[in-house]
Parts: sequence; C-alpha cells; structure tokens
Amino acid sequence: MSVQQISLSGRKIEVSNKEMTFLERIYLWTILKGLWTTLKHLFRRKVTIKYPEETRTMSPVYRGQHMLMRDDEGRERCTACGLCALSCPAEAITMKAAERKPEEKHLYREEKYAEIYEINMLRCIFCGLCEEACPKEAIYLTKSKKIVQANYEREDFIYGKDKLVMPLEMAIKNTQSNKVN
Amino acid sequence: MDSVFIIEKSAIIVAVFALTMLMAMYSTWAERKVAAFLQDRVGPNRAGWGGLLQPLADGAKLFTKEEFFPNTPNKFLFILGPFIAMSTALITSAVIPWGDKIHVFGKDVLLQATDIDVSVLYVFGVLSIGVYGIMIGAWASNNKYSLMSAVRASSQMISYEVAMGLAMISILMMSGSLSLKEITVMQANDGWNIFYQPLAFIIFLICSFAETNRTPFDLAECESELIGGYHTEYSSMKMGFYLFAEYANMFISSAILSVVFLGGYHFPGMDWVNANWGINIGAILGFLALFAKICFFIFFYMWVRWTIPRFRYDQLMHLGWKILIPLAVINIIITGIVMVLFK
Ligand code: SF4
Ligand code: SF4
Repeated sequence: MSVQQISLSGRKIEVSNKEMTFLERIYLWTILKGLWTTLKHLFRRKVTIKYPEETRTMSPVYRGQHMLMRDDEGRERCTACGLCALSCPAEAITMKAAERKPEEKHLYREEKYAEIYEINMLRCIFCGLCEEACPKEAIYLTKSKKIVQANYEREDFIYGKDKLVMPLEMAIKNTQSNKVN
Repeated sequence: MDSVFIIEKSAIIVAVFALTMLMAMYSTWAERKVAAFLQDRVGPNRAGWGGLLQPLADGAKLFTKEEFFPNTPNKFLFILGPFIAMSTALITSAVIPWGDKIHVFGKDVLLQATDIDVSVLYVFGVLSIGVYGIMIGAWASNNKYSLMSAVRASSQMISYEVAMGLAMISILMMSGSLSLKEITVMQANDGWNIFYQPLAFIIFLICSFAETNRTPFDLAECESELIGGYHTEYSSMKMGFYLFAEYANMFISSAILSVVFLGGYHFPGMDWVNANWGINIGAILGFLALFAKICFFIFFYMWVRWTIPRFRYDQLMHLGWKILIPLAVINIIITGIVMVLFK
C-alpha cells in the first residue's frame, strides 16, 4: 500500500473531478433530491432537550459543581490542608483554616478545618485536579450532579461553604445506606 | 353610491393590509419553525403556545431598541430607504384577486382592491421600484458593505426581471389580457397555467426567488461576506421594516405565483359549489384555496432556503442571462407555434 492510500481516520474520501452528468448540470434534479432529503427531516424525531423542564442524564463521571463531603457521622472531612488550592491550575480555590474547639468535635472530623472555603466558579475549569489532590477525600465534582447556574453578577459566582458542603439530609441518607450494606 | 363604493373598497384595502401584515409577521415565526424542524430542532416554543407570540415579542424588541444613525450626510435618504421598501412591498397586493364576487347587502362585492386592466404591468412596475428601497437605504448608510450589497441587489433584480417578464409574456399570449382577474378566470375555464406552461412556471419561480432576495439568491444580504448587507447600519424599527418588507414581499410573490400559475382562487369543483351552495360560500372557499396555495409557496420558499446553499455571484449572472432568458424566449416561440397550430 502506498503512502497516499493510507487513511488513519478511515474516513478518507478520494476527490473525483469527473464531469457532471447532464442531470447534475441542470441542477433541478439534484435540487429536487435535496428537497426530498430536507423534507424527510421535517418529520424526524427532534433531538432537542427542552432544558429547564428536561435535563439530560449525567454520566457517573460528569464533573459538575464541587461538593465538600461529610463522613459517616456527618462531620466535614476537609482539613484545610490547601492541597486542592495548590493543585488547582486555575487558582480558583481560596480558604482560611481554623482550629477545632473541643465542643465542635461532632462538626469537623479533623482538628483543623476550613472556616472559609471558596471556589470561584468563573475561574474553575472543572478539571478535577482538586479532587485528585485531596488526601482526605473531601472534595468531589461527581457527587453533586449539578451544573453551576448562570448568574448576573461576578460576585455571585464565588461559591462559599453554604453552597459547597454536602447537605445534611444527603449525609444522613448516605450513612443509612452504608449501614445496610 | 360613491360613499358606499369608498367604504367597500376601504374595507377590502384594510383587510388586505391587515392580512399582509399578519402573514409577514407569522412568516417570521414560520421561518424559524420550518428551519428548526428541517434541522431536527423544535424552534421557538417559549412565548405563547408553540412560540405563537414570538413575532409580537420580536416587534416589541425592535420598537424598544436604540435608534442608531451612522455618520452619514444623507439622513433623509437613510430614513427613506426602509420606507420605500415597506410601501412597495405592501402596495402590490392592491391588484391581487383574493376571491370571486360575494353577495352582501344586496350588492355584488368583488374581493379585490382594484381590478385595473394592466395589473400585470403594475405588479412589475412596483417590483422594480422595490429595489430602490434597498439601493437608497444602502447608499445612504455610508458603508462599503451596504453599498456592495446594493450593487448586487440591483444588478440581480434587473437581470432577473428580464427573465421574469419574458416568462410572463407566454402567459399573456394565452390569456390575451393583462388583468390578473382575467388570467384567473381564464384558468378557471381552461385549466391551470402550470399544466400548459411548466417551463414558464419554473422560470418564474426561480426569478421570484431572486426578486425577493431569498436563498439561494440572497447575495444582497449574505452574512458571511457582507455582514448584514444593505441593513448593516440599520437598527430598531427601520431594520424591522426591512426584514418585514422581505416577508411581505415573499407573501405577495407567493400570491402572484398562485394567481398566475395555480389558478388563483379557483379550486376543482368550484362551479358545482357555486351552483349548489351559493356564490358566497364558493367565494369563501375560493379565498381559502388561494390562501392554501400561498401558504404552500411560502413554505416552499423556506424549504428551499434550508436546502440549497447560496449561489456564487458569477453563477447567479450566468443562470440569469445565459440560461433563464434563452429558455424564456424559447418558451415564447413554442407557445406561439402551438397557439397557431391548435387555434
Ligand atoms: S476542578 Fe480544577 S480548576 Fe476547578 S477548582 Fe478543582 S482544581 Fe481548580
Ligand atoms: S478539600 Fe481536601 S485538599 Fe482541599 S483543603 Fe480540604 S482536605 Fe485539603
């Protein structure tokens, strides 16, 4: 096989410069064929997903809005080590660490926790490197199954812990299903 | 007597005007729907049921947009452009016979604004003025893209008007009259022109695409080369008028195609309906028949738009001067020979 005939994509088409036949040259016949093709599409099933009412099912690995996880006892897992912020190529994450008080043991899993944890969703490129970097399995992009919503102000895209931390009901449900298993 | 006449004609004129406006409005909606359906999408569906209020929303939007004037010495002409485009698009409808006579208040009322005996010439005359709207507006925009578009539009219209007129001549030879009403009556008696003059029909159809600046002949406003063409500098309702005029034109040329080639308000079995159910019902059914034909042609315009890509400029001129005009002339000759042989 000569080099010219190798097709890596398997979709190579030879260009032919053959003379057009009479039917092709007067266009009318080919136009009619084209009209028939489009007419068939008129009655095809429409592929549109009517978004706010219908949502597309997300694949299990779809990277959407981040979620800060809780453990089986409902405590936040994040220990504010900052590895996620360090690994983030878009520098989207900022946080402020605080020390856990003795009476807060039921709230935070580790002795140090993130008092403020913010992700700028306009900067984030949803690469998932924060998830990979986290030593505490505290941040996931695949769990929330949410797309970051559009908004009017830039400030509104900086998501704090109120939006990021896993809701308690979800944690309770997870714990229960874990116990059953 | 005179005042009755004036009232009767005014009513018809207002009705025709309203119908043209309504059709132009809903053509914009239909265009999007057809475009969407041909591309396996659903099209506008938010404003009203099935997006039916979309044209109103568009109108409100165009009215409230900022009125922008480019830096041009010809402010007056700049405003005159859309004005001419819109008026010429609307006044063509005056001579179209919308239906046969109806009998109301003890009087025969002809469903036509005016039945002048040179209506075909009138239509062609108004159509040729239509290009001034584009030319003047584009010239006054002081923008090179607009100007190029105007040059294209006018040369295209001039070349296709010739072929259109020649195709029309073969019809006139058969009808022996320049009145659209007479042409319709003749078709009601002898059968539709499309069966006698298929070649003239095809030429006329292609030329109407060029005359209304629709794809595949929309070189005057091809976005990929000329931004928006002649309406590049226009905004707000002046822009709206241009767009509106295009759809009104489409409606009118569909009407003319239906009247000249598809028998106008004639439908099979019209005589029977007239004899048994009365002429009023006959006229209304006739109007509906005409309306259905017009809708078909409007759909056809859209269908073609989403099927064929735009012609290149030289192809356009080649098609107009070297193919359509000779074909139209040959058609006239054949029509003449056949008429001499069989009459
Ligand atoms: S997904 Fe990527 S860009 Fe977004 S916060 Fe995590 S590391 Fe940064
Ligand atoms: S989310 Fe993970 S990596 Fe980021 S600060 Fe918390 S524990 Fe560290």
